Amino acid sequence: MRWTIAASVVALVALPVVLSPYVLTLFILIFFYAFLGQAWNIVGGYAGQLSAGHAAFVGIGGYTAAMLSIELGLTPWIGMFLGGALAAVLGAIVGYLGFRFGLRGFYFVLLTVAFAEICRIGVSNIDALGGPLGLYITFTGDPRQFQFQDGRVYYYIALALMLVATLTAWAIERRRFGVYLAAIREDEVAAEALGVNAFKYKMLAMIVSSFLTGFGGTFYAFYLFSLQPNTLFGIPLSVEIIIRPIVGGAGTLLGPIVGSFILTPLAEISRRYLGQGGLHGAHLIAYGVLLIAVVLFLPEGAYPRLRRALTRRTAGA
Amino acid sequence: MVQGVVSGLLFGGVYSLMAVGLTLIFGVMRVVNFAHGDMMVWGMYLAYVLSTRAGIDPYVSFVVCAAALFALGLLVQRGLVDRIIDSPHEMQILLMLGVALVLENVALLAFGPEPTRVRSPLASATIWLGPVFVDVARLVTFVVAVALTSGLWAFLFRTDLGRTIRAAADNTYGALVIGTDVRRVYAVAFGIGAACVGAAGALVSPILPFQPPTGLSLSVASFNIVIIGGMGSLLGAFVGGLLVSLAESLGAVFLKPSLKELFSFSLLIVILLLRPAGLFGRRSA
Repeated sequence: MRWTIAASVVALVALPVVLSPYVLTLFILIFFYAFLGQAWNIVGGYAGQLSAGHAAFVGIGGYTAAMLSIELGLTPWIGMFLGGALAAVLGAIVGYLGFRFGLRGFYFVLLTVAFAEICRIGVSNIDALGGPLGLYITFTGDPRQFQFQDGRVYYYIALALMLVATLTAWAIERRRFGVYLAAIREDEVAAEALGVNAFKYKMLAMIVSSFLTGFGGTFYAFYLFSLQPNTLFGIPLSVEIIIRPIVGGAGTLLGPIVGSFILTPLAEISRRYLGQGGLHGAHLIAYGVLLIAVVLFLPEGAYPRLRRALTRRTAGA
Repeated sequence: MVQGVVSGLLFGGVYSLMAVGLTLIFGVMRVVNFAHGDMMVWGMYLAYVLSTRAGIDPYVSFVVCAAALFALGLLVQRGLVDRIIDSPHEMQILLMLGVALVLENVALLAFGPEPTRVRSPLASATIWLGPVFVDVARLVTFVVAVALTSGLWAFLFRTDLGRTIRAAADNTYGALVIGTDVRRVYAVAFGIGAACVGAAGALVSPILPFQPPTGLSLSVASFNIVIIGGMGSLLGAFVGGLLVSLAESLGAVFLKPSLKELFSFSLLIVILLLRPAGLFGRRSA
């Protein structure tokens, strides 16, 4: 297992040598959405707290870094940490309200959606942040402004983001923290009865998750060169974030990555061939059908099933 | 101000009908219909199609819309919800989110993103009642919506099937023990819940311009109402519908239209945090 992972990382590092620009872009998106999914996985998968408003953290992170860069000329390399920190503050507020007031399941979903929508509508109404039209970043090609002539740099940054989030999740999983989160997910009352401070660990998971997500918001904004409230804070992005780990296997280390390798190419293909000619919602219909199918037929996700199939084969051989 | 109160209360009839549908589904099978608003939008588009293609006024076609949505609700329950009725709540939430995504985006594909409104001769008429003028359309909508809600009430409390539904909601196990076909009850309840928004959608289609994303704001409004009224409480949903509509309409008097949504979502957060059991809710998870 360890060798397989090491070999795949080496292969992914070497890959850009042979990739065409289009496939390179596809891989950038695969890594980036795997990263977002992994960040969500910490609170949504391991801790089992279904946040449906994670787009808000992407938006806050992206807007923070972009505003600092445009208004003050501060390099996004620093701005991304500040964006992550601000996102973590929002995450802490949402988490505090949700967990302190004991909102579970459906109620927590609603709380997170409501916060994300308030951010979206709020930003759309603030002229200093560009209002509904958003902000545009002029291309200078200056690496200090997070802009690169060579698409491969974005590839490596996205890959690094995915690896950082996955290492974070791995570190959580193999520590006590991860065990506590799993206990809270499976049975919160029982976990508390055994002395696990559920509030504290859910808060920690939320803060780590929102920080990472906000951190990645900078990449999103500077890779797209534009920030619009509906794109960065909207429910569609939250759906994009959630659906990969769920399809791949929420609460598993490789689930978000497997999910992204399955879904990102699918989404890109449907966007490319169906998105033109006004068929905007086509890939969201596909997501909806997929969500339904996963819940009905594959509730644990693709990765656990895949792993069992693989170990059974090696055991049989 | 008084004008705002009147039109808010009149619009509240539709909100009540919509919320009664949601609370019925929740009360009977403990499933939150995340696609509630999107189902309502389908009721609106159905009224639109019937009006433009067949020239049927929405104040007549609401019966057809209710029947169509009843079938949709039945189908969703039998085909999807029924299979995971015993799964963890997270799974049900994800399933219904999937249904909501499909409904909203199929509507987007079929009807496009432009806001639409259904024409009805009633929509432009107004009458003066004392010092305030009243939209005839709103008044008719209100009267029909309240009549439908009362009809549902009579059905649930005065007929055998209605009593069976309430029994299954109160105590599923007990209902099973005395030989109730609980699966059939679930299917009927989901169908009726969806029929409520089918009718509500058609009734409101001449008043409220709509587009596929309208479903989300309608869902949020429904959640606001049923949480205020107490999840599963019919009376709570009815009164809550009037209250939330009143609050939104007064909010619109004082706030920019673009901030109206902001108001609804803030209301949702406040309600969630203060929730415990709602106005008429029984204390239970």
